[in-house]
Amino acid sequence: MIRTPLRPLARILEARRLGANPDAIERDNIRLRHEEMRDQSRQRAEGRLFILGLFFCAAFVAVGGRMATLAASEPSEPRANAAGASIVAQRADIVDREGRILATNLETFSLYAVPPQMIEPEHAAIELARIFPELDKKDLLEDFTGKRKFLWIRKKLSPEQKQAVHDIGEPGLLFGPREMRLYPNGKLAAHVMGGASFGREGVHAAEVIGVAGIERLFDDKLRDPANEGKALQLSLDLPVQAAAERVLYGGMKLMNAKGAASVLLDVHTGEIISMVSLPDFDPNDRPQVLTEGDASDSPLFNRVVQGVYELGSTYKIFAAAQAMELGLANPETVFDTRGPLRWGKHKIRDFRNYGNELTLTKIIVKSSNIGTARVAQMIGTERQQDFLRRLGLLEATPVELTEASGGKPLLPKNWSELSTMTISYGHGISATPMHLASAYAAIANGGYVVQPTLLKQDGPQYGERVMSASVAAASRTMLRKVVTEGTASFGEVPGYAVGGKTGTADKPKPRGGYYEDKVIATFATLFPAHDPKYVLVVTLDEPVETSGDEPRRTAGWTAVPVAAEMIRRVAPLLGMRPEIEPSLGADITLTSN
Amino acid sequence: MRSFFVILTALAVMATAFWAYRENYRTQASLDESEEIQRSIGEARARLAVLRAEWAYLNRPDRLRELADINFDRLGLLPLSPEQFGNADQVTYPIEERMLVISDAIEVSNFEALR
Repeated sequence: MIRTPLRPLARILEARRLGANPDAIERDNIRLRHEEMRDQSRQRAEGRLFILGLFFCAAFVAVGGRMATLAASEPSEPRANAAGASIVAQRADIVDREGRILATNLETFSLYAVPPQMIEPEHAAIELARIFPELDKKDLLEDFTGKRKFLWIRKKLSPEQKQAVHDIGEPGLLFGPREMRLYPNGKLAAHVMGGASFGREGVHAAEVIGVAGIERLFDDKLRDPANEGKALQLSLDLPVQAAAERVLYGGMKLMNAKGAASVLLDVHTGEIISMVSLPDFDPNDRPQVLTEGDASDSPLFNRVVQGVYELGSTYKIFAAAQAMELGLANPETVFDTRGPLRWGKHKIRDFRNYGNELTLTKIIVKSSNIGTARVAQMIGTERQQDFLRRLGLLEATPVELTEASGGKPLLPKNWSELSTMTISYGHGISATPMHLASAYAAIANGGYVVQPTLLKQDGPQYGERVMSASVAAASRTMLRKVVTEGTASFGEVPGYAVGGKTGTADKPKPRGGYYEDKVIATFATLFPAHDPKYVLVVTLDEPVETSGDEPRRTAGWTAVPVAAEMIRRVAPLLGMRPEIEPSLGADITLTSN
Repeated sequence: MRSFFVILTALAVMATAFWAYRENYRTQASLDESEEIQRSIGEARARLAVLRAEWAYLNRPDRLRELADINFDRLGLLPLSPEQFGNADQVTYPIEERMLVISDAIEVSNFEALR
């Protein structure tokens, strides 16, 4: 660049000659130079701005273009994914506590027809009716030759059926891949499993959704791909469940009962080791829901969590435990048991006369209604309600089954003092066997409430403390005496120190009042009584034991032998070796003076 | 000098292009292979699921009970009962049917080793 001098000699001399100020020339030149500099820098700045603008433009176009291609293209899995292929089935397996399969999936095919593509509809209809006897030839032909463009024929096919349909050679009959839910153990734990069916269906796939039981409650979790097919582990034990079902079925038949239920609970964790409700069903082929009659007669009805029954004298131990917890009584306190006990126009009677007075222990052992009612009178209505509520006997159980919320206990509308007295021996209040099992677990584990659960737990899950350890121990001693010298003498199983309480309640008529000859017999037991690990509740619906001169319906003759046989079969499977019961006197060394 | 650099650059471009071409094909081949492996893993898993289901079906308690009943003559299997628990000290030592007889004794001496 040629720099023009600020003071060009020629022009200065010229100006001097003319008498003008030569400084003006310099200033003029400075002005010109500044203008030139300004123009230059402006141009450069504009150029930079333009390039920057271009750059941003390109960036936005790139981002926008990428978004557009992503939005418009078909999604595909990354080809080089090393950790892929972990999800096999759309629904996770369900396994028992040792990992044995209770529910899994099987690949199968569905059969559908596209009538416009059919060549010989008549032949196809005849052949299909031959392969599947439940299909009607005429209906099929009507569908194939009518206006329909698409129809489902079968939702599931066995491989043999698929081959047979294939052999028809009809191009209008097509197969769609399906996943079906399989319960390999058949009827085992049917009420826990519930069952599954197809949800939304397409040609290439169909949703498998749970329709009842744990399948329904954990439907979202089982189908969640984020789980990567991790199996749902239950607290059930397959061999124990199988043995319990077998024994209970035999017991139900032997005692001529129309239904039966049993639940085995770990007293420290609240895990349900086995849960049986009879009659049962096959979840692979779930029967239809009854549309008329009593829903509780359906095999789908889960007596353990849905069957709300008056559980009778099994409640007496709660009154006794609360009285001891409140310091109102000890096992040796004597109560007046002269009968009948009149309250207004009602009379409370015992099964037979047990004499004028009994100790608290004897009241439980002999199962005296009058004595328990007297204990309840001392406790009072509010304290009784509070205690039963804390034991969880006034709310539906938190078991992980959809049906469990339907098992809400039936309570008296007006909880009067008479109600307090009858409730103390289990009348006027109804609950499920599951309620009873979890309340007995509190006595068994030393006074802590546990929540019954179907999921495997690690370690004890103690909740609120409802009674002291010494009260729980004293209650257990009473329950043990019920078996050794009381109403449940058939419950003795050598080596397992069974303790428990029987309960026989008359069945209520649908229109009020009670049946004379229909009872619910319950035996709630814990074993071994000196250090309980499990609680077992066995309930028989309308049992009759007919080996004697007259039919016997009390729990001591019906539910107790069944429960004893169940313990004899199940305890070894649970790894419990029979032990010699420590003598009762051994406790004396534990107390201080 | 200048033309030397031009030739060098051209050779470098050709070499890089060849390398990129080869890498590209090798990557494609690896991807195909991995897809193949993924597919076979998937098939193996599906097969495994069927086998597990079949195993569970064959081991269902009902069937095992029936098999135990059918083969009772040979196996004599009964449900586990409390009487079957025992202590280790209840197990008797096996009765020796014949005492150890030393027939063909060889005299052994470690005299050699001592020297």
